[in-house]
Amino acid sequence: MQRIVILGGGVGGTLTANLLVKRLHRRIERGEVDVLLVDATGRHVYQPGFMYIAMGGERAERLERPEISLLDRRVALLVGEVVRVDQGRQLVHLADGQELDYDFLVIATGSRIVPEEIEHFATEAQHFYTAEAALALRQVLDRFDGGRIVIGIAGMPYKCPPAPLEVAFLIEAELRERHLRERSELHFCSPIGRAFTIESVSEMATPILERKGIELHTFFNVEAIDPERKVVQSLEGEELPYDLLILAPPHKGQQFLMDSGLAPAPGGWVPTDRHTLAANGRANVFALGDATDLPLSKAGSTAHFEAPVVAERITAAVMGREPSGKHADYEGRVMCFFEIGDGKGTLLRFDYDHPPKPPKPNQLWHLGKVVFNKTYWHTVPKGRV
Amino acid sequence: MTTEIASTVTRTIDARGSFCPGPLMELIRGIRESAVGDVLEVYSTDSGSRTDIPKWVEKAGHGLIAVDTRDGYDAIIVEKRR
Repeated sequence: MQRIVILGGGVGGTLTANLLVKRLHRRIERGEVDVLLVDATGRHVYQPGFMYIAMGGERAERLERPEISLLDRRVALLVGEVVRVDQGRQLVHLADGQELDYDFLVIATGSRIVPEEIEHFATEAQHFYTAEAALALRQVLDRFDGGRIVIGIAGMPYKCPPAPLEVAFLIEAELRERHLRERSELHFCSPIGRAFTIESVSEMATPILERKGIELHTFFNVEAIDPERKVVQSLEGEELPYDLLILAPPHKGQQFLMDSGLAPAPGGWVPTDRHTLAANGRANVFALGDATDLPLSKAGSTAHFEAPVVAERITAAVMGREPSGKHADYEGRVMCFFEIGDGKGTLLRFDYDHPPKPPKPNQLWHLGKVVFNKTYWHTVPKGRV
Repeated sequence: MTTEIASTVTRTIDARGSFCPGPLMELIRGIRESAVGDVLEVYSTDSGSRTDIPKWVEKAGHGLIAVDTRDGYDAIIVEKRR
């Protein structure tokens, strides 16, 4: 019996588990292979929907389903909190004292937000990185009747790099609809020297920012908040006053990964091979999605394209062959939709060797995002797209 | 020169093929996670990094040690100074 233990029931863990069953179902049915997924909550949350709780009438209950409903019945689900991994003895320790031995380990534990790392974040700043925070931001926006809105990024890396810019565009459109635009100022703080990291997207977004009257502040990485003076301060030594402050919070990897020596402090991101996705140079341990230290978007899409590689590599090892086919190696593929407001969007698609060439924004890509969000449950976790 | 610098580098960030979030974002993350005096080396295949990274380093008050063109990529070496 060979046991594959998958830590995390997000996009990466769920899809890897289901793809492993597709490839290894005969061995699983004969009792030669066992696939076990461990998740802290047992609930699968579609996080890209959070932004729409704040911006577009989405409801939290529509963004969550029981993890068991998304897993092939041949995957065992264990709901529990991992406290430590012992790589030497190949054991996973859970908070309730259980020990799970593994032959292969998949780390798909995502990232977590740590707003507490910035003093006064909780009382001064709004965000949309949890369902609750997004709902709170919606309520603040409902009460907003004009003033100075500052949107920025308070830590690197953070989930979904385009999201703060999308939110700036969507809020601007909303303020116009509510006849509040004349009484409001919008400021967007970019961590780098242009509106967005991808030059072609930046070239597309900069005239939109200008047209919408959103003031762009470059090289502004949010470092501190002064609640007395209502100003936000940057790592680069500048400050901006605000009435409403919206920030992408700092993110980290899971604490148990640092405690187990699987990921270095203070970030907690697992050192991962950019092509094989092997973690820490071990042939039987893999990492994917937000949990890795790869220089890629922390987004479900990254995990979506990495999962088939992890599944192929484990399948090959179980069968005693070399990884083969189009999923033998990960080539850095990521694809995501990008909202620009007023019912329009575009598409970012790239890999390690090919930068994105986003098409001119139109209604089709906005609708593409809406359809993708609605059909997610039936497609991505089950490996249908 | 390269060998001498390599011996003092405390952290290498391989951001080759990074378009989103991009090499400068990876460097900012590395700087945030490092201590004053650490030397970080970023590998980038994005030609924009040769100008973007030195601009940010100057604005943020860190030290640009070298921009070294290698086989198909640039290695940009930065010292965290504050």
